Amino acid sequence: MGGIVLQGLWGQAVRSFRTHWQLYILVLPPVLYFLIFKYYPMANAALAFKDYNVMKGIWGSRWVGWKHFNLFFDNPMFWTLVKNTLFLSFYLLLAGFPIPILLALMLNEVRSARFKKAVQLVTFAPYFISTVVMVSIIMLFLAPRLGFANIALQQLGLESINFLGEPGFFRSIYVWSDVWQTAGYAAVIYLAALAGIDPTLYEAAKVDGASRLQKIIHVDLPGILPTITIILILNVGSVMSVGFEKIYLLQNSLNLATSEVIATYVYSVGLLNANYSFATAVGLFNSVINLVLLALVNGLAKRISNTSIW
Amino acid sequence: MELTTTTTSTKRAIRESAGDRLFMAVIYTILTIVLVIVLYPLVYILSSSISSPSAVTSGQVWLWPVDISFRGFETVLSTPQIMRSYGNSLFYTAAGTLISVTLTVMLAYPLSRTTFFGRNGLMAFIAFTMLFGGGLIPTYLVVRELGLIDTRWALLVPNAIWVWQVIIARTFFQATIPNELFEASEIDGCSDWHFLTSVVLPLSKPILAVLVLMYAVGQWNAYFDALIYLKSDKLYPLQLVLRSIIIQNNSAGVMDPSIQVERAQLAELLKYSLIVVATLPVLLIYPFVQRYFVQGMLVGSVKG
Repeated sequence: MGGIVLQGLWGQAVRSFRTHWQLYILVLPPVLYFLIFKYYPMANAALAFKDYNVMKGIWGSRWVGWKHFNLFFDNPMFWTLVKNTLFLSFYLLLAGFPIPILLALMLNEVRSARFKKAVQLVTFAPYFISTVVMVSIIMLFLAPRLGFANIALQQLGLESINFLGEPGFFRSIYVWSDVWQTAGYAAVIYLAALAGIDPTLYEAAKVDGASRLQKIIHVDLPGILPTITIILILNVGSVMSVGFEKIYLLQNSLNLATSEVIATYVYSVGLLNANYSFATAVGLFNSVINLVLLALVNGLAKRISNTSIW
Repeated sequence: MELTTTTTSTKRAIRESAGDRLFMAVIYTILTIVLVIVLYPLVYILSSSISSPSAVTSGQVWLWPVDISFRGFETVLSTPQIMRSYGNSLFYTAAGTLISVTLTVMLAYPLSRTTFFGRNGLMAFIAFTMLFGGGLIPTYLVVRELGLIDTRWALLVPNAIWVWQVIIARTFFQATIPNELFEASEIDGCSDWHFLTSVVLPLSKPILAVLVLMYAVGQWNAYFDALIYLKSDKLYPLQLVLRSIIIQNNSAGVMDPSIQVERAQLAELLKYSLIVVATLPVLLIYPFVQRYFVQGMLVGSVKG
């Protein structure tokens, strides 16, 4: 019977090829793109288990097993890197995740269409600022003497602070500038979910004499819970891949104690020092942790609220 | 709905609205504060960029420009290094967007067709790259093997397709092009290619606009690929030159060192002007394109 099904499928495939061959020609270039720039690098990650030899190339190099992973685990930097990566991303998650939800819930209450539009237009705008410009703005605002923040501190009669030179400030600077830049953008999804809530639920709440706050707690929040879950899963799934570009640009020798994360370490060890195998191992370690976290949270969400991304 | 609330003028409704009015007042206050917090830095940068160099460095600018001057912009416009990178960025944005949108449609359209055999498998093949990747070094080595290092292609090809955009486009095609249209055209002997170019694409202007905008903004703002793949500064995009001047504080060679103090002040002012010049193209079109962005995000979130 399996043979018949297979034959049926095979027949379907052949028929589809014959009549819709143009579709298959269309997808050929994009598929090649994914093979070359996404899957080939995945195969190249075997480099993590080899000693890279420039002359012999990746596939000619010698297998060395877990050597580079062990080197990384025994490295005195290991725990600092893991700790910095996790701290930074969970801080970002804790601050960056609820704020767009609150923003959307508040915007949803606003009756004046113009005010609502103005707030949305303005809060959405920073999303279009490039990482380089964002970091430039942060640096101009927090510059040691001439920066806006220090001029303000001096006006108040306080000592000026070298914000970016203090390891203690790095995480907050990173996280809150990120919230400033992306909260308005992230709120759009929740606003859409709020717009999709069945209006009869609001009428029922009104009949029951619910206040606006009660309406938010009992109608709005349950209504957008599936959306919240999906976004949370996606956020947790990218916990290990905190924005490399921004951290790298904000980094300096003074704040390295809190700003060096796995991604920036891979860049400096791998590309700048050309230590390819070791950096690949570190990067692979990072990706695998990421994938495991994503799978864990996804499974958990599936069990608890029946919402998942696969 | 508004009418029914005003007509039910029971005692309870009035008492409720007092609490609700306070609640609304709190919401309006918070949102106004949010508005100011987001807007203020933007206005400050803009004001600084058109103030006089000495006003900027002595902290006289708080909200509005002081001693309006366009020295910063003049310096930007008269610096060959900056203008060349500006031209490069325009090229990367135009060429990159063309390549990306074309490839995205070539992939998303077949994926939206039920007659395309194995589309679920292909979708999984693509979506998996969102979850797992080879990493920085393995990707770099592929680009190097292909001989793309230090060529313009390195910024156009290795990150040409964003999976998220493919999903958005596919969802749009599925939702807006009725299946009956396919069947009718098939009976009429219309080929897939002909159907795509003469029926689907003309009907898909909104999603094409979304794709063009997202890719264009992404390409204009990109800097990391340039950082790792480019060596010769002839090819640098604007973002990389920005980084060198503002973040690494490397404005030497940008201005002629005639007067020392003024030069230092001008170097500081130049940073504000550069930020404005680099962001202006995106921010100028932003109010007109915002709805397309929102639309794009929403289409994509219909079915993840």
